[in-house]
Amino acid sequence: MPKITYVSVDGAEHAIDATSGDSVMATAVRNGVPGIIGECGGNASCATCHVWVRREFSDLVGAPGDLEEDLLDLGVSERRATSRLSCQIQVSPALDGLVVDIPPEQP
Amino acid sequence: MSAGTLVVGSGQAALQLAVSLREFGDTEPITLVGAEAHSPYQRPPLSKAFLHGTTEAASLALRTPDFYTQQRITLVSGERVTRLEDGIAATDGGRTLRYQRLALAVGVRPRRLPVPGTDLSGVHYLRDLGDAERLRERLTAGRRVVVVGGGFIGLEVAAAATAHGCAVTVVEAADRLLARAVAPAISEFYRHAHLSRGVDVRTGVSVVAIHGHPSSGQDNSARNKAPNSVREIELGDGSRLPADVVLIGIGAEPRLELARQLGLRCQGGIEVDRFARTSRPEIVAAGDCTLCPEPLSGQGLVRIESVQNAQAQARAAAASLAGRLEPHAGVPWFWSDQGDLKLQIAGLSHPGDLHVVRGSMAEERFSVLHYRAGRLVAADSVNQAADHLAVRAALARGVDLPAELAADAARPLKHLLLDRRSA
Repeated sequence: MPKITYVSVDGAEHAIDATSGDSVMATAVRNGVPGIIGECGGNASCATCHVWVRREFSDLVGAPGDLEEDLLDLGVSERRATSRLSCQIQVSPALDGLVVDIPPEQP
Repeated sequence: MSAGTLVVGSGQAALQLAVSLREFGDTEPITLVGAEAHSPYQRPPLSKAFLHGTTEAASLALRTPDFYTQQRITLVSGERVTRLEDGIAATDGGRTLRYQRLALAVGVRPRRLPVPGTDLSGVHYLRDLGDAERLRERLTAGRRVVVVGGGFIGLEVAAAATAHGCAVTVVEAADRLLARAVAPAISEFYRHAHLSRGVDVRTGVSVVAIHGHPSSGQDNSARNKAPNSVREIELGDGSRLPADVVLIGIGAEPRLELARQLGLRCQGGIEVDRFARTSRPEIVAAGDCTLCPEPLSGQGLVRIESVQNAQAQARAAAASLAGRLEPHAGVPWFWSDQGDLKLQIAGLSHPGDLHVVRGSMAEERFSVLHYRAGRLVAADSVNQAADHLAVRAALARGVDLPAELAADAARPLKHLLLDRRSA
């Protein structure tokens, strides 16, 4: 199982054994990782699953699509170069070891 | 240890209430009691991805089983609370549960269509996973589907049924689709959009009866038909529509029985204040079942059926139980996926609002902005997430986007928003 690690603002790490095919958002929400809300259930509609992808994984994860671009532009509190909506990142064996940081607030 | 908190219900609001209580540091027992056999799951996809067949039941779960164990949240599934009195709840499963504090997240039931024949086989309502599973089985290519009600559920089902190869007719009693939710221009757009995708749309006509095939056993010629299955729909104008499957989606009614037992004030919803407190303030309520002050203005009383509202209100309810007052605020928003059309609504519109259209209806990418007393109050966006987000941000920040500027679709609302903010 690919392992995904979510890092909270206070440095707490939440390492989750994820299922390929699920989104990084759904994995976090189902396991109760605090700070990732996913209000719209993964519909790319709400921007409440914003994460900062660690630089070493950003190429692997890729860039946001057009719709996600708009959401990131307007919907999140602190956009960075590696900002992504975690509902748009699909877990795969290639992402084993992925580390993402959780911003201090979701919209 | 106290008897803890009893949350009646096991939907999105109920779960959020429990989760937020733990986040606020509550360490007492928390029990969720829900009539459905499942642990809390996402309801919105039932009429969308689940019905299309692109999502399965297992992926709808809102939390893993381990989560409930770790958070010490007890789930009682498959039993409905039928009696609440003096700190004791009784369920229809014969169980009694003690509680110190009470939260109602009892949800709604589908409004029943008051005509003969709704008990025939093949007539469906859609509220829970079981309903969606039964309906999905029936949506096979070539079947004739009549959808009664041109609201969100009805139109989402129409889109899914069409995708499965069914021949679909939507019957709406009002003179336009989505009449309670969107501007007339959007209603007209959706009528055209569904017609052009092969759905027959009849507005301004009601259903007077649903007729079935004769029971087998009474009539040999009907032996091959399923007993008492639906055959046709009779409309108020005298016409009849043949049907193999009927979906009734004419709105929902809050479950008020328990609130009434408790003597809570309810008028078409359990009345709550901005802190999700009922007329007995030690009891809180959240989600679709409540009638609450309009979140942005604090004025009036509205009943809002949405995930966003359920979650925001549940957080406020948990805060109140935890002894910290945090108002339920935030911009209400909704979404509806009908095939490739993604409708997003920000804010609450009223019938008298003035409308400004930006973008292209022909290209199926546009927004209708609602203005009241000269100020932006809401927007309905189709395949136009950027507009939706900008309006949500503007409403949340109290920034107006003037109609004469917002009408210019060449100018992103985002720029307008940022200009206005710095002005």
